[in-house]
Amino acid sequence: MTRALAIASCEMRILQRNLWLVVATVIMVLFALALTFAGSAPTGALGVDMLTISVASMTTLSVYLAPLLALMISFDAIAGDADRGSLALLLSYPASRGEVLLGKFIAHLSALAIAMVIGFGSAGMVAAWFGGAGAESLLALARLIATSIILGAVFITLGYLVSSLATSSTAAAGMSAGLWLIFVVLYDLGLLGAVVMDEGGSFTQTIFPWLMVANPADAFRVWNIAASEGVALTSGMTGAAQALPIWAAPASLLAWPLIGFAAARLAFRRIEP
Amino acid sequence: MTADVLNISNVDKDRGKTRVLNDVSLMVQPGERVALLGHNGAGKSTLIKSILGLTPIHSGAITVDGAAPGTGAARRATAYLPEAVSFHPALTGREQLTLFAKLDGAKADVAGLLKRVGLSDALDRRIGTYSKGMRQRLGLAQVLLGKPAVALLDEPTSGLDPISRQDLYAIIDQLAGQGTAVLIASHALTEVEARTDRIAIMSKGHLVADDTLTGLSRRAGLPIRLRVRATDNADAIAAQIGGQRINGASVELHCTPDDKMAQLRRITDLGDAVADLEITPPKLEDLYRHFAAQDASEDLS
Ligand SMILES: Nc1ncnc2c1ncn2[C@@H]1O[C@H](COP(=O)(O)OP(=O)(O)OP(=O)(O)O)[C@@H](O)[C@H]1O
Ligand SMILES: [Mg+2]
Repeated sequence: MTRALAIASCEMRILQRNLWLVVATVIMVLFALALTFAGSAPTGALGVDMLTISVASMTTLSVYLAPLLALMISFDAIAGDADRGSLALLLSYPASRGEVLLGKFIAHLSALAIAMVIGFGSAGMVAAWFGGAGAESLLALARLIATSIILGAVFITLGYLVSSLATSSTAAAGMSAGLWLIFVVLYDLGLLGAVVMDEGGSFTQTIFPWLMVANPADAFRVWNIAASEGVALTSGMTGAAQALPIWAAPASLLAWPLIGFAAARLAFRRIEP
Repeated sequence: MTADVLNISNVDKDRGKTRVLNDVSLMVQPGERVALLGHNGAGKSTLIKSILGLTPIHSGAITVDGAAPGTGAARRATAYLPEAVSFHPALTGREQLTLFAKLDGAKADVAGLLKRVGLSDALDRRIGTYSKGMRQRLGLAQVLLGKPAVALLDEPTSGLDPISRQDLYAIIDQLAGQGTAVLIASHALTEVEARTDRIAIMSKGHLVADDTLTGLSRRAGLPIRLRVRATDNADAIAAQIGGQRINGASVELHCTPDDKMAQLRRITDLGDAVADLEITPPKLEDLYRHFAAQDASEDLS
């Protein structure tokens, strides 16, 4: 564990030096603030406070942004070292491959968490200041931040997987872009197409919700929406979430980082530096 | 005789259809400096990576200080300098070396080590600003961490200036002095000739020679060159001991290692007629050519 932490502290320093941490935090703050102000118009109509609306729009944002930032930070983690030739030296030290991966994961997840907390936190504070906040909306904000970090963790591990499978940094970057597109866009489009074809049949009733929640990005969305009536109301997406037991989305989202890490670990084992 | 700390026996390894290591056996004792020579693609780096457990072997066995390659014990016992070593450009030399020290689990005087390899001035500068030779020196500094039992150096002199090469061999001597078995893959024949105890030559995945310089000379049977400078009459000397007159005053002749002493006696018997005598054993370069070519001709037949 001390070895993993030693690697983590070096990786953290690298993220500070190459400005990743600063850039990611600024992106998060800007997007979150923009959405908060843009979404502030219909407050009165729905009878919820401004923070609730802000959380709802930030949930939609995070579905796209958290996986993107996570993949950006992780796609190069192994392929980059292998390209540079420093991986062979690192692996000649007593740290196991699991420890190397864990060390990088700790650093990358911490950096992502910092960006999320500052980004969503500042937007939430602004919304609460101008439009009021209640205990429920504050809880929704905390949930958004926590689940965004978990969603980020999923895609950090998937980035490691891609980074281990790719033969070069460039290939890893391309594969990451494909991965993002599949999980965040194409999967939902496919499901939507199936639902339309099914015309409200048994697929839509029984299988569809489970297929949806199997995707970590959708599980993230469902978790946030199902847990807060206000958020569900403002996002207009209640149907599918209600068809599932309450534990389904959290179970899926929490299982994914473990699955991703295990898969990355397996792929990493095959690498000959 | 001390036990071998690095033990490679009958190792085979295939890459695709080609056999990149073919029945390779090599032992290295503590404190021994062994040069590993061979043309590009002969399998030197592959052998080193097999010893590190970074790449699997298909048959045979390797032990490092009694442990299997890639195990925790073997990794702790080994130091490695990769060919064309590189590090993350955003870290400083001190940070990079501190990380390695922590991974090694040994207490280390990081600043002292960097001073030892002449990097004191660049200690807190980012590695991105280092020259190629400076990165190589940083790589060397991490080899010195935690008294390794075995050091595997893959082309350690590449990119180093002449003075740095001298420093490098001094460091290798220091390692050997503290009991580390050192295996050096190199193309710099004249350097390793003078600074190693034993020479192993690889050719197309085979280990074609593994002996001391003298042993190699004997096995190769390459002639030793004797050059006799005459006091006044070179022709008379040539007539008496045979050989070729090469300039006004000297005679050159070749003899086998076994014949050397007999020849020398005949020359000293000439007394005052001989002004000087120069003995040149075959150079490593000649031996290298002999052994590397030998295997190639075997392949042709
Ligand atoms: N990653 C790899 N994948 C496939 N083949 C490889 C790989 N690395 C090396 N080889 C092959 O293995 C053989 C031995 O290569 P190796 O790198 O061990 O040679 P070397 O003796 O170190 O050469 P050099 O003096 O150029 O460093 C070569 O035929 C090479 O083509
Ligand atoms: Mg090589």
